[in-house]
Amino acid sequence: MANLRILVGVKRVIDYAVKIRVKPDNSGVVTDGVKHSMNPFCEIAMEEAVRLKEKKLAKEIIAVSCGPTQAQETIRTALAMGADRGIHVEVSGKDYENMTPLHVSKILAKLAQEQEANLVILGKQSIDGDNNQTGQMTAALLDWPQATFASEVTKENEHLKVVREIDGGLETVTVTLPAVITADLRLNEPRYATLPNIMKAKKKKIAKHKASDFGVDLGSSVEVVSVEDPPVRQAGQKVESTEELVAKLKESGVI
Amino acid sequence: NSTLVIAEHNNAQLTPITLNTITAAAKLGGDIACLVAGSKCASVVEELTKVGGVQKILVAENEVFNGFLPEAITPLILETQKQFNFSHIAAGATAFGKSLLPRVAAKLDVNPISDIIDIKDADTFVRTIYAGNAICTVKSKDGVKVFTVRGTAFPAAEAAGGQAACEQAPAVDVKNDQSTFEGQSLSKSDRPELTSAKTVISGGRGMKNGENFELLYKLADKLNAAVGASRAAVDAGFVPNDMQVGQTGKIVAPELYIAVGISGAIQHLAGMKDSKVIVAINKDPEAPIFQVADHGLVADLFKVVPEMTEILEK
Repeated sequence: MANLRILVGVKRVIDYAVKIRVKPDNSGVVTDGVKHSMNPFCEIAMEEAVRLKEKKLAKEIIAVSCGPTQAQETIRTALAMGADRGIHVEVSGKDYENMTPLHVSKILAKLAQEQEANLVILGKQSIDGDNNQTGQMTAALLDWPQATFASEVTKENEHLKVVREIDGGLETVTVTLPAVITADLRLNEPRYATLPNIMKAKKKKIAKHKASDFGVDLGSSVEVVSVEDPPVRQAGQKVESTEELVAKLKESGVI
Repeated sequence: NSTLVIAEHNNAQLTPITLNTITAAAKLGGDIACLVAGSKCASVVEELTKVGGVQKILVAENEVFNGFLPEAITPLILETQKQFNFSHIAAGATAFGKSLLPRVAAKLDVNPISDIIDIKDADTFVRTIYAGNAICTVKSKDGVKVFTVRGTAFPAAEAAGGQAACEQAPAVDVKNDQSTFEGQSLSKSDRPELTSAKTVISGGRGMKNGENFELLYKLADKLNAAVGASRAAVDAGFVPNDMQVGQTGKIVAPELYIAVGISGAIQHLAGMKDSKVIVAINKDPEAPIFQVADHGLVADLFKVVPEMTEILEK
């Protein structure tokens, strides 16, 4: 029963392999001229949607990104992975700097309704802000159930059975549809887009919108006071033997 | 100021991070109330009454809280907030707190603040971004501040001197026909829990396989330590995911952290670099882990770990 229409959020972030640099004025992190790519957790969310479609459980996948013009590259990647169409909500400059997960949730909730999606799949967090909020807040605004930190998703009739990563192990919940899922690391291994699929993706449509189209005001109630380097930890001494190591640990009183 | 701390528990015992969250709440000044939502959770309430600094315990017992699902607990918190108008709502930054509080914040139309490591004043919070590679201070203008607390960043509140009064939480007709708790499979261990242990021993890819972790368990038993792993060891299938220390796993900050056969990828360092004393045992002298280790031993772990266990046996 291919009755799912899935909305997947894809965020453009500094590539996970890049060593970030804090701006000298402590206003943020240097992003100009730095390699960006799709947030790894969003890739997992996207992959899960594609697998649901391959199992003929989904009829359409819509990839959404909120961000500057370059966010379209991230949407293209999603289209090459298997999304059917994209939506780019353009937010740039100061507005983008001030944008919070609450803004994104409001946009996603509106879009889920307008597009008549019955499943929203997001990454559990982005590796830049590390907030881990957008999925939960989108579910709240829609009054839908949420299955966060998913490591296995199975569709059973009109509900989803989701295994979740929790502290100390796993937990299983079932949620009714429509629902919001957030993807954890072990949900799947995202595919690489193949060249033919990248070519095909160029023909797929990306609709452009502004936050105001969804009635979302980008004013923010939180202000970044400063962004700083973490305290540097100094390397200590090398020891020569196990005996010396144990002696040192006893000396410092930790064993 | 007045803070509502959402107690995390399993109906029998309080989860330790609740005590760290209470310490964070105390830093704000003002009264602290704890909300205990569960079923047959009298022993948890009893435990909380002993904790110093808590003025009030609000108890809501109902089968609907089975599994502590956010769809059920959110309406209770909203009703509680409506009645008491707290200036802050806090919970531990665990799977429970991280799932629940953003849902509450969205309903209150405020920006939640995740996984804080310090509190500057009632409006200003410190948290890490980019997996701990930058420290961000944020100021919130929201009427109620909703935040989760990193347990390792605040000491546990003492379970002594408590004088809290218990009362029923505001009545709310909670129905949850959206989500159902089916069950849990928790890794059972007699060793201390990873995030609250005083000593943590972690193994990496250098362990070569899951069976070899037995060497670490033996040493851990001598040191009353918890055993963790790097993402590489988890991805290789040596040990289950809940043992993972790092950016995408658990954040730990014990008195003593022993990294065995771990190279020290940024993602691992993010999860353990606030430990007081770090020991690295690795045969590769160039491994980045040595750059953060207080005591580094360049040697074969399969020789060093049994030796250490043996010395400690004497």
